[in-house]
Amino acid sequence: MEAVCSECEAKISVPDDAIVGEIVECAECGTEHEVAGITEVGVTLKKAEAVKEDWGE
Amino acid sequence: MGVLGGSGYVGGELIRLLLSHPEADLVFASSSRFKDEYVFRAHPNLRGLTQLKFTDESSIASSTPDVDLVFSALPHGESVKHLPSLVQTGVKIVDLSADFRLKDPAAYPKWYGYTHPHPELLERFVLSIPELNREEVGGVSLASSPGCMAIATILGVAPLLLSKSLKIDAGRIVVDLKVGSSGSGGRPSLATHFSERFGVVRAYKPVGHRHTAEIEQELSKFTNDGVKAYLSAHSVNMVRGILATIHLFVGDAVEPLEVWRAYRSAYTGKRFIRLVRDRKGVFRYPDPKLVIGSNYADIGFELEPGGGRIVVLVAIDNLVKGAAGNALQTMNIMLGLDEWLGLESAPLHPV
Repeated sequence: MEAVCSECEAKISVPDDAIVGEIVECAECGTEHEVAGITEVGVTLKKAEAVKEDWGE
Repeated sequence: MGVLGGSGYVGGELIRLLLSHPEADLVFASSSRFKDEYVFRAHPNLRGLTQLKFTDESSIASSTPDVDLVFSALPHGESVKHLPSLVQTGVKIVDLSADFRLKDPAAYPKWYGYTHPHPELLERFVLSIPELNREEVGGVSLASSPGCMAIATILGVAPLLLSKSLKIDAGRIVVDLKVGSSGSGGRPSLATHFSERFGVVRAYKPVGHRHTAEIEQELSKFTNDGVKAYLSAHSVNMVRGILATIHLFVGDAVEPLEVWRAYRSAYTGKRFIRLVRDRKGVFRYPDPKLVIGSNYADIGFELEPGGGRIVVLVAIDNLVKGAAGNALQTMNIMLGLDEWLGLESAPLHPV
């Protein structure tokens, strides 16, 4: 399956056996997306929550 | 193929690339300094790869060379002495000096300190940046390869000037350049002496760099607005590589997608351009360290929070994409070969 990165519009390859909640990464810009839904039409992604680099120290 | 001015760093890179090119035979390489010496005396990395000896360029320029194409890596002011007679022979030429880059004869006294002796030839040499003018290059027999800082800057800026949605202030393009020591050429001086050069971040040309002329000339083809570029060049502590940090000013807030689209529109399918703006890893933006030895130009960007500025970053190997690699790519196109032949090797890492 293929989806489009909302950050940079590169194509993202999503495994055929992906499940909702799985994290996929854009190979172009590194943005992580969460698989939000899978239908016969295709797959929808939403940006995954990023872990902040500032650990509060 | 033949190489005039084969003993400098650019000449050495041309010879290195030609020796491994699947369709090219290197017939001659000239050097007045190393005449009758083996090529590997000037370029010890090529020991065992060729038994060719340097010839004197004056003997080549006065006869019709039995080659398809001649590269000139002679210094500025020298190429223009040797190439006019070669042009008469009809041989294809790729010149890597600045002697035929600028199209306005009046620019030569201003930027290079001499009056051009053959202004009638200037328009016949196409300044070749295949990612931007491949079609034009394919139809010519005379080409120039841009300066290393110019090609980095032009590749980074041209797509954004072409974009209809981005309103770049073409009259205020600010370029900070960090350049490795090989950019100074192979002839030593006090400034390049190890004790003086090692560890520097030396602003050797904070204003008025010569490459300003070709940058403004070429970028003017991508906008109807007047282009003004402001360059500051620094020598830094590396042997190869250039990082161009380009400040572009815009009136409105810009979304990352607009910039991605502009670069994709210009460079999709252009094999030597890599877009680098990554959220992961150590190298999130272009870095010369990751293009060394290759013909890649890595291009990335970041946006000023709140708008007003786009920072474009371009990294190239100054001797490859900035000189010999771009010239070889130009040769491939001029001879109808695959554009990437002889240029496919990946960058070295780590270096």
